[in-house]
Amino acid sequence: MVEIPYNVEPRPDTGLYNAKLGIWLFLASEVMLFGALFSAYILLRSGDPNWYHADLNVPMATLNTMFLITSSVTVVMAWASLRLNDFAKFRLYGIVTFLLASAFMVVKAIEYNEEFTHGLYPATNNFMAVYFTMTGLHGLHVLGGMVVIGYLLGPGAKMWKTEPQRFTNRAETFGLYWHFVDLVWIFLFPALYLL
Amino acid sequence: MSVPEEKFVEEAGHDDAHAHGEHHDESFIWKYVFSTDHKVIGIQYGLTALCFLLFGFCLMIMMRWQLASPGAPIPFIGGFLGQANAPGGIMLPEFYNQLGAMHGTIMVFLAIVPLIVGAFGNYLVPLQIGAPDMAFPKLNMASYWVYFIGGVVMLVSFFLPGGAANSGWTSYAPLSIIATMGQTAWLIGMIFLITSSLLGSTNIIVTIFQLRAPGMTWMRLPFFIWAQLVTSFLLVLAFPPLEAAGAMQLMDRLAGTSFFMPSGLYVSGQVLEYAGGGSVLLWQHLFWFLAHPEVYVLILPAMGIVAEVIANNTRKPLWGYKALVYSSVFLGFTSFIVWAHHMFMTGMGTVISAFFQTTTMIISIPSVVILTAMLISLWGGSIRFNTPMLFALAFLPMFGIGGLTGLPLGLAPTDIHLHDTYYVIGHFHYVVAPGTIFGIFAGIYYWFPKITGRHMSELLGKVHFWTSLVFINGVFAPMFLQGLAGVSRRLYDGGAQYSHAQPVLHLNTFISYSAFLLLAAQTVFIVNFVWSIFRGKRATSNPWGATTIEWTATTSPPLGHGNFETPPRVYRGPYDYSAPGAEDGFIAQDAAPQEG
Amino acid sequence: MSGHSPEEIQAEVRTYLMVFGALAVLTVVTVAVSYLDLSSGPAITLALIIASIKGSLVAAYFMHLLDERKLIYSILLLTVAFFIVLMAVPAATIADTTGTVIHGAAPAAPAEH
Repeated sequence: MVEIPYNVEPRPDTGLYNAKLGIWLFLASEVMLFGALFSAYILLRSGDPNWYHADLNVPMATLNTMFLITSSVTVVMAWASLRLNDFAKFRLYGIVTFLLASAFMVVKAIEYNEEFTHGLYPATNNFMAVYFTMTGLHGLHVLGGMVVIGYLLGPGAKMWKTEPQRFTNRAETFGLYWHFVDLVWIFLFPALYLL
Repeated sequence: MSVPEEKFVEEAGHDDAHAHGEHHDESFIWKYVFSTDHKVIGIQYGLTALCFLLFGFCLMIMMRWQLASPGAPIPFIGGFLGQANAPGGIMLPEFYNQLGAMHGTIMVFLAIVPLIVGAFGNYLVPLQIGAPDMAFPKLNMASYWVYFIGGVVMLVSFFLPGGAANSGWTSYAPLSIIATMGQTAWLIGMIFLITSSLLGSTNIIVTIFQLRAPGMTWMRLPFFIWAQLVTSFLLVLAFPPLEAAGAMQLMDRLAGTSFFMPSGLYVSGQVLEYAGGGSVLLWQHLFWFLAHPEVYVLILPAMGIVAEVIANNTRKPLWGYKALVYSSVFLGFTSFIVWAHHMFMTGMGTVISAFFQTTTMIISIPSVVILTAMLISLWGGSIRFNTPMLFALAFLPMFGIGGLTGLPLGLAPTDIHLHDTYYVIGHFHYVVAPGTIFGIFAGIYYWFPKITGRHMSELLGKVHFWTSLVFINGVFAPMFLQGLAGVSRRLYDGGAQYSHAQPVLHLNTFISYSAFLLLAAQTVFIVNFVWSIFRGKRATSNPWGATTIEWTATTSPPLGHGNFETPPRVYRGPYDYSAPGAEDGFIAQDAAPQEG
Repeated sequence: MSGHSPEEIQAEVRTYLMVFGALAVLTVVTVAVSYLDLSSGPAITLALIIASIKGSLVAAYFMHLLDERKLIYSILLLTVAFFIVLMAVPAATIADTTGTVIHGAAPAAPAEH
């Protein structure tokens, strides 16, 4: 494969390395993706006089919020550790991030199960439709993130020995994605559970 | 705004050392099938998309047969279409609807955009800006194969029970929610295609920002690059809402949700088992939020191609380069706030309707500026009427007609009469068919020598051009008359059952025969294209005497890894034709300034 | 990025922990506010404000937007503009309608004729 400039060092006039610009563009597209779902929620709810709001499990969702916020801290600490040349700390923080993400998914699974047992399915009414679709899509993004952390901690970690700066950049790039996943939840939580 | 040369040289030099060791024994699979080389990927996109273009055209040919002779068995292939579609070779209305929906979908998402962005964009962007490849070569490869899978899903849908999607390329709810299985395949296919597009457009943007060669400042970029940049921004920001909407439609169809299903729907006398409370307009908003910017995606790269060909064949710089650049950027931005002009008939109030009419009128301004700048560019030019130039020249009035006929559609009072009639079909086909597709042909004839090292036949090219020009107008011009008479779109008998359609019904035969002749004219192109790859006259490295560095800084094809033997450095703007001191009638962008 | 020396990075780490604290507190506030039983207008506004503060903290400090490049800001500004269009305009077409509304609430503004 051809050697591409500015994969590691930033280009002087833009001040960015390639993947950083790439990930922000991807996040911009994700803003529009989740934006469409928020827009759908606004349109459906304001247009329906018979809007039914289920009583979802606020304590569980609050716990999940804390899991994600904490994982945002651990992921940025993981990146800071790499910049301090401490691969062991990176691995530690990375594993904690993975565990927090798993905890989030477990709580979500319990919630979904609870809802199904009470006869609340996506088809039940539009609130449940919005709830399942938005948290489902968000959950898929959490899962995707877990796959990437797994890669960076596992087979991908080889790059730390050969190209440490590029590996650090990858950790930063992933961190940006992960913070975005947290950001979406910060808005989803009040929108679906509290309002 | 310039970049230290040493940085570039160092990286590219590093590549040469690498290249030698690594690429000797690449198997066929890694070299041609799963290649990460943007040139190979560009060709993959190009060939695949051309096949889809032909296939989409053939779907329309079947429709035109039905419209010219409703109820007559389709010749040659009628017997092979199956009992479910055409018993006794006679097209069923359900099959006509499938053809209509899939013709639109395939042309827009599987043919045109993959051609102008996936093929031309991928192949030329790195070359024109002096980069060794795209910023993310592996992502590039992924984007092609995801597109390919999406295409396969779309094609396979024809063989599902109930056939392919049949609710129009617009897939309006609630029809699309209760439609046959093919609609689910359409939605899944779209998710693959949208993902491919997001990967590709992100790649193009990062490449243009990050990998410009030293000296390639923003205002020295060929207009083709600006067009690709704006287009990619449109794709990155406008496609995701449709992906979300597609996911919601899948939920409605598969999980029984009611995102788009209002309460109290009856179908064939039966109450539908849905919770209701949904909004059909929600689908329309999210769909058109993409689909309007999408039409600018369809036209901008073609304008980019036409600009390059015009500058080259007038032997003078483009007039109004800055106007072109600012207009494209303004056009891109405004395209996000006009979408509901597709929804004037949905009961919007006058305030919101006035908003969209105003923005729609405003957006016509940059299009006119671009068209005018290209027209003025011809003035005083030393015009060479080769095949690419003929297509580029024809683009101008054809796009003009397309644009002008959009005006009564963008104003609500006239849209009341013209919405959903053949007038709309005439309008958008003029922009995309003798518009964009002519731009594509111009680009193919123009860059063929760089890609293959051979020329296409000028004689066959001119035959292809003149026949296509005549017949394509024969197909679409009469549609305006039919639309003005009130003939609706998507009628499988072309309006035969309506009294208001009777005076213009005869035009169906004329249109259909023009279409058949247009198809025949394309065989000239196909023969020329294939034959020239193997037996075309050998081309030099810069046969058209062009200034841009994909011509001047590269060797004769095949171009190798890293594209440039020595990394290019840019010293001037893109169109220094007939400049003082130009020996061959042009100065290349990467020609060092003369001393003294 | 900004700090390369270990001291600068340690300073960043301290910032991260402070932001974490703020986020935790704001989460508690978010839930507490929901028990106030406000009517929908003020409830939505307040929830949005708190969520925006939390989101801004994540974006500014964890995602380093505070010291990010102009190019990134421009892309995000563009995105936010279109995001607002996507939120506001479809809902506006529901509010301003003509004729009889078949489903959903009656329009907020009087229907134009």
